[in-house]
Amino acid sequence: MDFNDTPEEAAFRAEARAFLTANAKPRVGTRPVLRQGGLDAEAVVRCKKWQAKKADAGFACLTWPKRFGGREASPILQVIYNQEEGDFIVPRGLYEIGLGMCIPTMMAYAADDQLDRYVRPALRGEEVWCQLFSEPAGGSDLAALRTRAERDGGDWIINGQKIWTSGAHLSDFGIIVVRTDPKVPKHEGLTFFFLDMKSPGIEVRPIHQMSGARHFNEVFFTDVRVPDSQRLGAVGQGWRVSLTTLMTERLAVGDVQRPEVDDLVELSRRLRIDGKPAIQNAAVRERIAEWHARSQGLKFTRFRTMTALSKGETPGPENSIHKLVNASKQQDIASYGLDLMGAAGLVIDDDLAEAYAMFQSALLTSPGMRIAGGSDEILRNIIAERVLGLPPDSRADKGIPFNQVPTGRR
Amino acid sequence: MNFDFSDELKQLRDQVRRFLSEQCSSAVVRRSADGQEVFAADLWREIGRMGWIGAAIPETFGGAGLGYEGLCVLAEEIGRALAPVPFGSTAYLTAEAILTAGSDAQRREWLPKLADGSVIGCFALSEGSGHPEPAAIHARVVGGFLKGSKWPVADGGIAGITVVVARDESGQPALFLADLAGVRRRELKTLDPTRNHARLDFDATSVERLGGGWGSVQRVLDRAAILFAFEQVGGADACLTMARDYALDRYAFGRPIGSFQAIKHKLADMYVALELARSNAYYGAWALGADATDLPLVAATARVSATEAFDLASKENIQTHGGIGFTWAVDCHLFYRRSKQLGLTIGSAPFWKHRLVDLLESRNAA
Repeated sequence: MDFNDTPEEAAFRAEARAFLTANAKPRVGTRPVLRQGGLDAEAVVRCKKWQAKKADAGFACLTWPKRFGGREASPILQVIYNQEEGDFIVPRGLYEIGLGMCIPTMMAYAADDQLDRYVRPALRGEEVWCQLFSEPAGGSDLAALRTRAERDGGDWIINGQKIWTSGAHLSDFGIIVVRTDPKVPKHEGLTFFFLDMKSPGIEVRPIHQMSGARHFNEVFFTDVRVPDSQRLGAVGQGWRVSLTTLMTERLAVGDVQRPEVDDLVELSRRLRIDGKPAIQNAAVRERIAEWHARSQGLKFTRFRTMTALSKGETPGPENSIHKLVNASKQQDIASYGLDLMGAAGLVIDDDLAEAYAMFQSALLTSPGMRIAGGSDEILRNIIAERVLGLPPDSRADKGIPFNQVPTGRR
Repeated sequence: MNFDFSDELKQLRDQVRRFLSEQCSSAVVRRSADGQEVFAADLWREIGRMGWIGAAIPETFGGAGLGYEGLCVLAEEIGRALAPVPFGSTAYLTAEAILTAGSDAQRREWLPKLADGSVIGCFALSEGSGHPEPAAIHARVVGGFLKGSKWPVADGGIAGITVVVARDESGQPALFLADLAGVRRRELKTLDPTRNHARLDFDATSVERLGGGWGSVQRVLDRAAILFAFEQVGGADACLTMARDYALDRYAFGRPIGSFQAIKHKLADMYVALELARSNAYYGAWALGADATDLPLVAATARVSATEAFDLASKENIQTHGGIGFTWAVDCHLFYRRSKQLGLTIGSAPFWKHRLVDLLESRNAA
């Protein structure tokens, strides 16, 4: 075992660090960035400028083909770049879905001339992409989606509603899975497209989250026309294409969240219980130790994944562990930190709140983390079925034409 | 970055696993559980002959010179097989204490005999209830003679020598070495009958001093914590496999119970705890081999993580099995017992959590 980079990795790390040092401020010692309101117009401009700068320097989408501006680098170099970038303050939040999920799906299914048209502008950050999957009736049970597409000559006409679409209001294009045949069982009647988000008949409405953020949207489709040439995969094969997208999702997520365990340690040193620093309290110590062990376990699990990556292996469903552990830990640490503060834990005012209000902020964002991008329950199912090999749950909708599947009122 | 065991060690792991699945079957473990033998003496001889005990002992002292990563690989398999042998007492504690704190003469005298299994070692630390800390040590050495009682001592009933933690003439806790011939021993009934435990009463027993004070004791405990963590990870992995296999085979309401989310999510949680523990233990393996400066914190983290994983896996394995799970006939309880034995033997979870935060604080202060 060793934790050193190979000579090639070390050279790349130095190159990445030099680029970042020249173009961004280091994060060390700064207060955490709390994204309360989602991206405003100014932040979008900053994101676009930064992405163009990255692309010019050859640090955008390192694993992608050279003809689109990538380096055809091994995935380990992308991980190294992300590690280095994590030490700097750079604009984030606009491209994760598009570059992490949409374009990889395009690369697997779109025609060559389409790739020539769309990939490079996406990599350069000139065009933003979103992913239109979830629906009011299809969240964890994604294949239960109801948005319809009907053929009209060389086009398809889409009607229905998507929800939880990150960044739809900022996007130029989107990938979408819709129902093209309601008379066959649910997985068999789906088809996958990409579309222009400026198409007539698309209406985007932001969702006001409990944390105050407006990151997600509802997207309504009224007679939206999409040419058949923008279909990805065969008619009725939409589920299979969706799985390609979802596989990349679990690799894409995984930023460092505050408060970390060290933030709780710091807080426990300042606050007092029975006149002594809270960190001397046995109950507090036990909780800190348990969360530290969990954090470190995740960190070293990531090291094991990196090792597999550098050996050319493809990370699989075992990666579900990261979000599953992190989201709950985040919620628990936030809640516990507030408990230590007592009544003052309620206060969010900038001048009075403890620790830049990061515990209060995490209390309100962590419930969403446990649901978005695969709920805790779905992640446990994935581990049970695809890692441990347990059989799928018995399903009431199995083999039944979609239009005869029982539905509830919600 | 290469955060994995080498191909050679993975091969060794496969061989060891195969060997133990044949030579340390449930029937062998049960001979100790049922009191037909004190420990698996035949297996112990084989293990000694194959050089496992001395895996991390340098070749100059009769070891196999396989290094600590090798010893970690073996520890995981010993844990998986519930091997009823004094492996940890001899290899992680006695041999390590002599390596850490012994003189060259003491190393030359004892390590070869420990390495080939001809002498079994035990580590006499506990004096009844309490945590492994200086205030809990009352045994005392005066003029080279030890007085005091130690219990429970794992493998105390079968060991030839012991490393004892006792106070020296200045009252400071230190490590001593004693031959157990002539020492009064009482075999103890414990939660885990597959492992030998005894009470040792020293009444003016002649001892030799090993070097160092409490720092050496703590160093031995820290390093052993990582190795025991591997045993715990092996045991937890075996429990998860048992529970998974049962959930696939057992039908209720017309379907395998493994298709119910109540069971799936339970097993997923066992898997998560196990993977976190495994990753922490791997980092410990690296720290042992590199004798890293942050080894104490890494060891406490691995220990806390592995204790939690084995505890969860062993109890939920019983739960997954339902009624048959709490019978004597099915092996679930053997893992449950071993989980507690390993979880208590060198300091329980609260002790290691406390230590972890101490170390975290001193790191952050630095």
